Order: sequence, then C-alpha cells, then structure tokens
Amino acid sequence: MISKKKRYRLRGRLWVLGLVPFAVMVLAFQLAPVWSMLSGSFRSDADSRWTWHNYYTALNSPFYLKAIENSLLISAYSSLIGIVVGLVCAYSVTRFAPTVRDRILMLSNMTSNFAGVPLAFAYIILLGSNGVFTLLFREWGWNVFDGFDLYSWTGLTLVYVYFQVPLSLLLLYPSFYGIREQWKEAASMLGASSWQFWRSIGVPILAPAIFGTLGILFANAMGAYATAYALVGGNYNLLAIRIGSIVSGDVTNQPNLGSALAVLLACTTLLAVSLNAWMTKRSARYLTGAAKAPPRKGFVRQRGTGVALAEAKEGTG
Amino acid sequence: MTERNQAGWGHRTLQSLLLLYLLLPLAATAVYAFAGDWQDTVLPKQWTLEWFESLFQDTRFLEALWNSLYLCSISVALSLAVMIPAVFVLTVYAPRLESLMKGIVVLPYAVPGVVAAVGLIRTYSGGPIDIAGTAYLLVGAYFVAILPYMYQGIRNSLLTVSAPELMQAAGLLGAGPVRAFLTVVLPNIVPGILVSTLLSFSVLFGEFVLTNMLVGAHLQTVQVYLSRRMGESGHLASAIAISYFAFILILSMVLMKLGQTKGRRVRG
Repeated sequence: MISKKKRYRLRGRLWVLGLVPFAVMVLAFQLAPVWSMLSGSFRSDADSRWTWHNYYTALNSPFYLKAIENSLLISAYSSLIGIVVGLVCAYSVTRFAPTVRDRILMLSNMTSNFAGVPLAFAYIILLGSNGVFTLLFREWGWNVFDGFDLYSWTGLTLVYVYFQVPLSLLLLYPSFYGIREQWKEAASMLGASSWQFWRSIGVPILAPAIFGTLGILFANAMGAYATAYALVGGNYNLLAIRIGSIVSGDVTNQPNLGSALAVLLACTTLLAVSLNAWMTKRSARYLTGAAKAPPRKGFVRQRGTGVALAEAKEGTG
Repeated sequence: MTERNQAGWGHRTLQSLLLLYLLLPLAATAVYAFAGDWQDTVLPKQWTLEWFESLFQDTRFLEALWNSLYLCSISVALSLAVMIPAVFVLTVYAPRLESLMKGIVVLPYAVPGVVAAVGLIRTYSGGPIDIAGTAYLLVGAYFVAILPYMYQGIRNSLLTVSAPELMQAAGLLGAGPVRAFLTVVLPNIVPGILVSTLLSFSVLFGEFVLTNMLVGAHLQTVQVYLSRRMGESGHLASAIAISYFAFILILSMVLMKLGQTKGRRVRG
C-alpha cells in the first residue's frame, strides 16, 4: 500500500520534468525580455534612476507624439478601409457555391503570403517613380496618378490596405452564415425593405464580428514594420519604425526611451486584440447554437489553418 | 440554395475585381523577374531567365538561403522537442494549468515583433549572457514567435487521439508512462503535428522584423537579403521575391493537402 502510494507520488512529481525545458525557454526569451523592457522604460537613460521621464518624453516631444499619431491614423484608416472592402467581399463570397467560394478564399489567402518586404517591392514595381503603371500612364497621357506618390502617406496607406483586405475577408465571411435566409424572408414578408433588414437585423448581428476584426486589423497595422521599412527605410515617422531605429542605434542611444515607446505600442496592440477577444465572447453568447455553427464540418479545420496563416502574416506585415 | 449556387453578375464582377487587385502585385513581380527589356509597354519586349541564373550563382544569396533554412529548421525542431512533452504533460497530468499555458502562448500574437526585439536586445546585449547578434538569440526569438501555432497544433492532435484515455489504457496493459508516451501517443499525433510544423516553418521563413533587428548585421536570411538588394537591381530582387513566393506556395499547398486528408480521416 505504502509503496504504491510512494510510486504514485513519484510519478506525480516526475511529470514536472516535462515542463522544465518549456519553462526555461519561456522565461529566458519571453518573460525576461518583457520584464527588462518594462523596468527599463521607468529608468532614466542618463543615470538609470527610477523615473517617469521616458513616458513624459514619449508623450510630449512633438517628434514622438507625431510618430504615435501617424501610426494611429494609418492603422485606423487602413483598418476601416479593410473592413469596408472585406465586408462587401465577404458578403459577396458567401453568395457563391462552396467550391467556388473556397477557391476564391484560397487565392486571397495565398496573396497574404505576399506581405512585408516582397509586398513593398511589388508596389515599387507597380507604382514607384519608375513603376510599370507610372510609366505606362505617362506614355498614354493619363494623369489620374499625376499627384500620386507611393512614398507618401497615401501610398503607404494603399500598401497597408492591400495586406488588410485578405485578413478582413477571411475573418469576416463566416459570420455572414449566422444570418439565415429565413430571417430575410420573414422580414420581407412583414414588409421590411432590404435596407431595413440590414440596418435593424443584419448589421447588429454582424457587429461583434466587425468590431473584433477591426481590433485584429488595427493591431496588425500598428505592429507592421517590414512594409514601411522596406519602402523607404527609416524615413517614415511611424512608431514601429522609430522604436526600431532607436534600439538598433541608428540615431541615438536611448534604450530606455525606446523601451517606453515599445511599451506604449504593445499597450495599443494588446488593447486592440483584447477588443477582439471580448467581441468573440459576446457574439458566442448571443448567437444561437444553430446560427453560429460553421457551414461545413470538413471546412473548419481548413479555415482554422487559413486564419492561423493569415494571422501569422501579421508579423511580417 | 439555388440562389447561392448561381451568384449574379454583380457578385462575379466584384470577386474578379478583388482577385485582380490581390494578384496584380504578384503578377507584376513575376513578369519583372522574367523580363528582358520592359519599358513603356504593357508586357516586356523580350523574356529571359538571366535573373534567375545570376541569382542562383550569387554566393551571397545561396548563403542567405542556407541561413534561412537552417535557422528555421533548428527553431522548429527545438520547438517540437520542448513543446511536445510540455503540452502532453499538461493535457494528461495537469489540465488545471492549461489556462496559464494558454495565456503565455497567446502573448506573441498580441505583441508585435518590434516590441519583442526591444526586450530581447535589452536582455542579451551586455550583461551576464551576451549573445546579442548571434544565432542563439534568434533561435530563442523564433521559438517564442511560433509558440501559438505549435501549442494549438500539438494540443489539438492530443485531444483528437484522446491522449489521456490512451495513456490509461496503456497503463492498464502494463506500460510505464514513458513507454506509453513513446510507443502509443507519439506515433498517433505525428500527422497532426506535421501541419503545425510546416505552418511554423513558413511563418519563420517569411519573418523579417526579428531577424533584421536581432542579427541583421551579422547574418542574412532571404528576407533580409531581399531588403538589402531591392535598391540595386529590380530584376534580381523580383527573382528573389518570386523564388521565395514559390517556395512558400509549395509549402502551403502541402499543408492544405495534409489538412484535407486529415479532415477526411477524422470525419470518416
């Protein structure tokens, strides 16, 4: 009896060994860096004393304030455009037969691999100062793109929108299956116009998905670094770019200020992502079981991979 | 249902426009990579393989390709070696700790690469462990970056084969926990884990921010190399971008095939 208990206890302790390498890796490469960044952001760059000064500088210097503002603006614009385009395309794609729909989604998902550096490069080929369209339109005498400059804010927003659209489409289209045909029929039988149906039934049902996706897109754009960096190096005054150049020592050596900026950036993306988590919970609560059930069982796994892939591309954006 | 199968011309036009918009940059890059002389015309006047030839004779590119391949492989292998035992132990012996694990694992989703790089540089340049700019630091960073995919993949596979029950059954038949894990559970979860392995690999292969900030000055991967060559030769850079894209495409096709066969098996 005793030996059995002992053996059980031994086994009860031994399984902990399986967790040791994981704990070591996470501690060394995730928790320690986060701690170092957090504590560093409260230390002065001059004499490493505890201070609020880094946050004060970050939020008061016109230069960094502008970078934060630029990042927030381009993220807001690109996610809003991404949501609108994504919504229209997601609605439209659910009108197709499943095989066609899956093929369209697959193609759109495929292009989401084309993010970051290669994407910036492709846009330079298309719309850069010697781009194909730029030269062609000049040759043909069209002047639609005359005032357009890829290296301006409009240009950068255009490139950001490109990587937001597939993500938005992929995250939004399943929620359209939550709106059942019978509801539309019932509404129209009761005399509601199509506009009235969408305004008072369709959009409220989609709202959690829309806000949740908006959170993901916003975080995606806030954290995007590669695209802007590849387009014009460190010349854009964006938060992510600023952090990159401070820390890699291109301009000044102020690691603690860089940490404070990084903490601010992480706060915005964490907020945006938790908006998504909150909205997902909400939509799960008030959609009925039947409505939130996915369209086809076999497709769930594929979609899971697709969403994961799309979200994976965030980092490279 | 019939309405759904016969989408009107409006929907078809919209989707065609969407695909045109999404595929255009890709197509332009591809055309540029094979173009000999391309100015003022819709399509190039002549085609050539010259850029690919010079690319695969470029030792710096081959070195970058090799760096990418071995760094990604080592990171994914390390992640498998660390994550499989950890997730297994949690699922079977300590399901109560799972929510803690989930919290840790989901963090890399929400924290951008730039931020992660700031923390890593702070921790490992100077100080007792000075591994700044080395492959060790990058492998550690990569390990954290793929945590969400690895965790999800391994956990799903373990639950699909109902690992706790398998362990109990093996225990009843007299197998010790280690033997039961190695001979019963592990062979059964391999197909499921393969998907998340490939996914992680393709994520890391496309990684730029961490690589450029942590080791960019010493080690070049394909992405970093591309960003350095972009300004020099457009044709060469397109050839790099297209080669990269072709590689990722093949990888994701294998991934999708695996996902489909797995889905069918689970359903059947």
